[in-house]
Amino acid sequence: MKLFAIIIVFMTGAALIYSTLDMPDWGDPNSPASLHVSPRYIQKTIEEAATPNAVTSVLADYRGYDTLGETTVIFTAAVVCILLLRRFENDKTV
Amino acid sequence: MIRLYDDLIIQVVCRIMIPLIQFFALYVIAHGHYSPGGGFQGGCILAASFILMVIAYDLDWMKKRFSEIKNTFMVALGIFIYALIGLICILLGAEYLNYGILHKILPADPIKVRALGTLGIEIGVGITVMAVMVSIFLNLTTYGRHEKGEV
Amino acid sequence: MIWLVDILILTIVVICALGAINVRDLLSSAILLGAYSFLMCILWTEMGAVDVAFTEAAVGAGISTAFFIGAIYQTTRRTKD
Repeated sequence: MKLFAIIIVFMTGAALIYSTLDMPDWGDPNSPASLHVSPRYIQKTIEEAATPNAVTSVLADYRGYDTLGETTVIFTAAVVCILLLRRFENDKTV
Repeated sequence: MIRLYDDLIIQVVCRIMIPLIQFFALYVIAHGHYSPGGGFQGGCILAASFILMVIAYDLDWMKKRFSEIKNTFMVALGIFIYALIGLICILLGAEYLNYGILHKILPADPIKVRALGTLGIEIGVGITVMAVMVSIFLNLTTYGRHEKGEV
Repeated sequence: MIWLVDILILTIVVICALGAINVRDLLSSAILLGAYSFLMCILWTEMGAVDVAFTEAAVGAGISTAFFIGAIYQTTRRTKD
């Protein structure tokens, strides 16, 4: 059984490493990811958003609605944590 | 885990370190436009300072300064600030979270005011993340009772 | 010679990950995971993604290690297997 697990793990690792061979080089300017909208973010972040850090301007300005959802996830985590874990002194049900 | 362990060196060092950590966290939030950082990272560092307070002293010492009511209120306050800025943009006649329209109520031109809107939502994210991390840590380490335990 | 630093850091990352799985003491396992996160932070800084590295240092190496230690103190420190 242990041998079977090792074989499965090595086959999955080999498949993952083989699939990375097709990916573009690290930092390749002609890769599809850096041709679509990245040039506009890098070139126009000062004149459109007045924010020199392009990462902040993408996270908070161009994709502000996305960050709102992200913050909602964190808020939900706190609410669920309080509801599940918090115990009060006079609570008879726990 | 949460109990008073009297060690003079730890307490004095933490008393010096905690204001510096909090100032650094506020710097990370406010300076996120120009350097790496932002609301999430700054909120985490701010929460780490409160966790250091709990570990170095004890729970009551920290709750005297940052009570549970304030903490739970701030969990909701941050995301409320974020959503309110978006709603103000709608009320002024633009799309949701389009900060350019805020130049009608803030003294800046339509381009510069986008940086102010970004700063506003970073502050909201920072408040929420700080309160959430402190709340999860306290609920996890005290069995949800928020009092000093034995271990 | 930046790729030499790359290879060195990646080797220590793999050693930290294997150690975090194999060690018996759960507290040492949590500390090894913190070291793993910090080495990943160095790796991201070296690749130029400073914002991600900052997040990893604040969340992975700082807060989540504190959460792990808080959770371990609620249970036993030794693993059975």
